[in-house]
Parts: sequence; C-alpha cells; structure tokens
Amino acid sequence: MRPIISIKDLRKSYGDFEVLHGIDLEIGEGEVVCVIGPSGSGKSTLIRCINHLEAFSKDSTIHVDGIKVERGKALAQVRAEVGMVFQSFNLFPHLTVLKNVMLAPMRVRGTKPADAARKARELLARVGISEQSDKYPEMLSGGQQQRVAIARALAMEPRVLLFDEPTSSLDPEMVGEVLDVMRKLAGTGVTMIVVTHEMGFARQVADRVIFMDGGRIIEAGTPGDIFDAPTQDRTRSFLRAVLNH
Amino acid sequence: MDIFTTFFNVPVLIRAFPLLISGLWVTLEIGITSIVAGLVGGMFLALLRLYAPAPMRAVAKIYTDFFRSIPLLVLLIIVYYALPFVGIRFSPFFSAVAALTLVSIAYTAEIFRAGIEAIPRGQFEASEALGLSYRPMMVDVILPQAIKVVIPPLTNNCINVIKDTALASVVAMPDLLKQATQAQALMANPSPLIGAAIIYVAFLWPLVTIVARLEKRFNVGRRP
Repeated sequence: MRPIISIKDLRKSYGDFEVLHGIDLEIGEGEVVCVIGPSGSGKSTLIRCINHLEAFSKDSTIHVDGIKVERGKALAQVRAEVGMVFQSFNLFPHLTVLKNVMLAPMRVRGTKPADAARKARELLARVGISEQSDKYPEMLSGGQQQRVAIARALAMEPRVLLFDEPTSSLDPEMVGEVLDVMRKLAGTGVTMIVVTHEMGFARQVADRVIFMDGGRIIEAGTPGDIFDAPTQDRTRSFLRAVLNH
Repeated sequence: MDIFTTFFNVPVLIRAFPLLISGLWVTLEIGITSIVAGLVGGMFLALLRLYAPAPMRAVAKIYTDFFRSIPLLVLLIIVYYALPFVGIRFSPFFSAVAALTLVSIAYTAEIFRAGIEAIPRGQFEASEALGLSYRPMMVDVILPQAIKVVIPPLTNNCINVIKDTALASVVAMPDLLKQATQAQALMANPSPLIGAAIIYVAFLWPLVTIVARLEKRFNVGRRP
C-alpha cells in the first residue's frame, strides 16, 4: 500500500506547551485507521493538522498524496482531497440540507448547480436522508445532521476522510445510525482516519488502531493486537478503564 | 393665545408645509446617502479590523475609536468651518454627508465585527475543511449568518444617522429642521417646529418598533 498521508516528526505547541511531541505516521491509500486514547492525548489535534486547521511546527512535515501541507496555494488542493466530519457537525444553519451538500462542489470545483444538486441527492440517499433534503439542519436530529455532514464531505469526492469524534455529541440511540454509514464507507476504498471512543467500531472496522497518550503514539497495530494483546501498560490501563465501565 | 394657536396653528402649518416637505427631502437625501456609504465603508473596515495584516488592523481600530469618540457636531463644524482655513472647502451637503458617514462607518464596522465574531468557529472550520477560499467562505457562509445578527443594531444605527441629520442645519443645509426654524422666524409662530418634530417622529417611530420586534425575534429560539 502506497502511503497517501505521511507525517514526519509532527510537533505542535500552544505557547510553551507542546501537545504533540513528534509524531511519525504513514497511512496507506484505502486504509481505515482508528485513533483512540484519553481526552487531551492530542488525537483530535493530530487529525486537524492533516488539513491544516491547526498550524504546526515549521520543522514538521505532512504530505497528503505527495502535496506538502502548508499555508499557501497547495493547501486548497489538500483540502479538496481531504474531507472532515466534526464532533459538532458544523452544518451551515442558513442553508437547506441539499444546499449544504451542494455548496463546496459549486464553489471549489465549479460544478454546475444542476449537477451538484443531482450528486447531492444521490449522496443524501446514500446516507439515508433523502426525505429531509429541503429542510434546514436545525429541524433534523443529531444523527441525521451528522449523516448530512458526511454527505457534505463526500460531495467533494475526497480521497481521505477525517472524522473528529463523530459520535461524541450524539444521543446514544443515534450513534448506531452514524456508525452504520461510516462502516459502509469503509468498504468503498476511501482512506479514513477516525478519532473515536467507540471501541466496538474500532475493533470491527479498523485496519489499524493507534493508541495515543500525552501527545505521543504509544502503540499501533491491528485491532487484534491492540485490543487483545496490548504490549504497553498505558494501553492496557486505558482499555481496562473504557471497556469495563 | 391658547396652545393651539401657538403650537398647532393650522393655517401656519399649511403655509409651512411645502417648506417642511422640501426640508424632509434634503434630510432623507443626507440620511440615506450617509447610511449607504456607512454600510459599505463599515463592512470594509470590519473586514480590515478582523483579517488585515497587523498594522492595518491597528489603523482600523484607531479609526473606529476616534470617530466614536468625537462629537458629531464638533466634527461637522470642523469639516465645514475649520477646513476652509487650509483651503479645503466643501459644500454644506458634502460636509454633512462626510461627517455623518465618517462616524457611521465607525459604528457600522463595530456592528459587523460583533456579528462576524458571533459566528461559531466551527462554521469557519467547516468551510475551510471543504476547501472554500476566503471569498466564498465569507459570501456564502459567514456573512449571510452575520447579517441576521446585525440587522437590529444596524437599523438602530440608521435611526441615529437620520436623527443626526438635524445637525446639518448648522452648516446652512436646508434640511427639515432648518426649514422649520426658518418658517418659524418668517411666520413668527413655532408651529412649523412642532410640525417638523411630528414628521421626524412619524418617520422614525415605525423603525424603532421594527428594531424592537427584530431583537425579540432573533433572540427567541436562538441556538447556543
């Protein structure tokens, strides 16, 4: 598998406080990677660096599909290839569900409105929201909103999808519908990096699980390695805490 | 003389009416020109204040602070009576519009800035993550949301600008107030002043109630 994302010595500080202490990571095309770990371990910061929502140290490098991630012209190209789904959905509240999905292809790729609308309807059908396409986001449940957000990210036909705790602000009964959509996506060949607390999802769907703590990758491996035979104490104690509560 | 012949003298009001109406036009001309110029300039200044390089941000801040501190009447008198001493001469209309606009830009910029800052960070991040560049992000995502937040305070500002046009009478501008004072002198009766007051209130009262209603509407059901 050729790496679509390669991260070298990624460091990020807020003032004097370093939150990522030199992360090295390569992610293959089509790979599904779940990042787990306690809150404050830097996992969200890590994926937010990939599309440069967070700036990072000058000496660190991230490449997405061979393009260096840095402020400037190339960043638009990176962001067009990397979709993101947020914990708090961040749908555009003044636009209908359909328009939310149509906006970026029209403005970034120059897609014609009719084509963008057709594509948007297809994607909304795929995430099971066809009926709601003319409603405004606030009229939808959290689970529905997050599925719209996934459709919106997919509309740009990204090769990489970043999920930043996509189910953490959902009511428990809605977590399943979002995870179902993500599970289906994982089978389509798109590269996915998922920061999550859903251990069941990570175990079932991930090709690789990364455990982070204190701004470092402590351990990485197949779900079997991490969940059944973790080698590090910190991984063991984290898993014990989250799995036996 | 009873109160009606003094303040609500109908024959005097009828005679003064054409003057008052011509004054009203001048008032509206000054007011609307200043409001429109203030909106355009204010939006521009707000964007400078938020997103320009640091030195320009500082200039924008100094501008807003200065023009919110200076009394409008003082500014107007400087523009019209002081600048001619250094050879800069403006017409009364231009002086009035310039003074009103300079101040209105400062207030409008602060309103827009507050409106943009009220938009959650997630909206910017979602736009950026989708690859939108600055212009479509502002035009399609941020400003349409900010407009809703700023409509009540902007309407308030419009009311203030229209009220402040009355100051133009000190630079010999034949606005509503000036015409009323002239009619009063001419007819030796203050009814035209009352007539002018009634016209101001009749114009602005609806706007005031609209602001109240808008503020209520945008506050009800507003999400955190």
